[in-house]
Amino acid sequence: MEPHAAVATVIDFAKSAKLIGAGLAAMGMIGAGVGLGVLFGSYLQAAIRNPAGAASQQTMLFLGMALTETMGLFAFVVSLIILFGS
Amino acid sequence: MAQQPAIEPMHQFMIHKIVDLPTIHVGNLAVDMSITNSVASMIAGAIILIVFFVLTARAEIVPNRGQALAESLYNIIDRVLVGPIVGPGGRPYVPYIFTLFLVILVLNLMSVVLAIGNIGGLDLTFAVTSQLAVTATLAVLTFFSVFILGFVKHGPKFLTLFWVPGMGVFGGAAMVLIEMISYFVRPLTLALRLFGNMLGGHVVMSLFGSFVVALAIVGLSGGVATLAFIPSVLSFTMIVALTGLELVVAILQAFVFAALATVYLNEVVNFGHGH
Repeated sequence: MEPHAAVATVIDFAKSAKLIGAGLAAMGMIGAGVGLGVLFGSYLQAAIRNPAGAASQQTMLFLGMALTETMGLFAFVVSLIILFGS
Repeated sequence: MAQQPAIEPMHQFMIHKIVDLPTIHVGNLAVDMSITNSVASMIAGAIILIVFFVLTARAEIVPNRGQALAESLYNIIDRVLVGPIVGPGGRPYVPYIFTLFLVILVLNLMSVVLAIGNIGGLDLTFAVTSQLAVTATLAVLTFFSVFILGFVKHGPKFLTLFWVPGMGVFGGAAMVLIEMISYFVRPLTLALRLFGNMLGGHVVMSLFGSFVVALAIVGLSGGVATLAFIPSVLSFTMIVALTGLELVVAILQAFVFAALATVYLNEVVNFGHGH
């Protein structure tokens, strides 16, 4: 086997490890997905029990959504840094 | 069989120059003043906002359509956000939050609605808010104006914001550290939220767009491969649905950015009341 071919294989391993790492980092978004489901589910439950009070809490719903989503976006950004960062 | 185009979902975020302008030297700093696609989009957004302002600024008793739109947008900030969250003390800051909301809304909507300008690789439009530099500027501006406003209004007493009462000396000291981290991470989260949402949405839309073309080219080769037209059409349906979702996200993220700015402002304006 030529030495060049061996070097090429090593570089491919590094690249694939990078891709796998990015995929693993993106798994942090699972938590954000579960969190959003819980959030909107709870809101719907409360809204159906007390429809009169639902509209007044919509701002809080979107605020909670934004804060929950941030955790997933951290994972997304880390994954992007792994993919496109140096 | 035709050649498959490359699938490059990140290509749409590349910045390239449209008009070359000379470099300006400020001290040791070389500032490239060229108009890039990002700058062009921001100028277009500014023009839209100025035209919107000029058309709707003259208030009449019976509002026309433009004024009704402007008033309902203003009500979102004034009656839905600042009124219930901050109270009457927040009235002086409504213009800043409204400006923030409108700028993000227009830039977000432009990147979704005008994306049709990218057909044929013309790269006419550009998602400005999917650049971290832009969102970080807005977030840092918002965060530090609110932080400095706290010192202006309350003086050094404002630093007791980080002190949680009833924890003892050591518990309190530990809580100060945690509170400070959670406070100063705010501009980061504010910037990343807008950036991540816009970037993610546009990447997904671009990917499905690539699927449509790639699968249709496979389908053109005839025989059993004609079946590839089915997922191609499904991908196109997906793009239509995703465009609707992106419209909602564009409006929602502008609203959320303004809402969080309001919540941060609330801590400053109502400092000491039920903290």
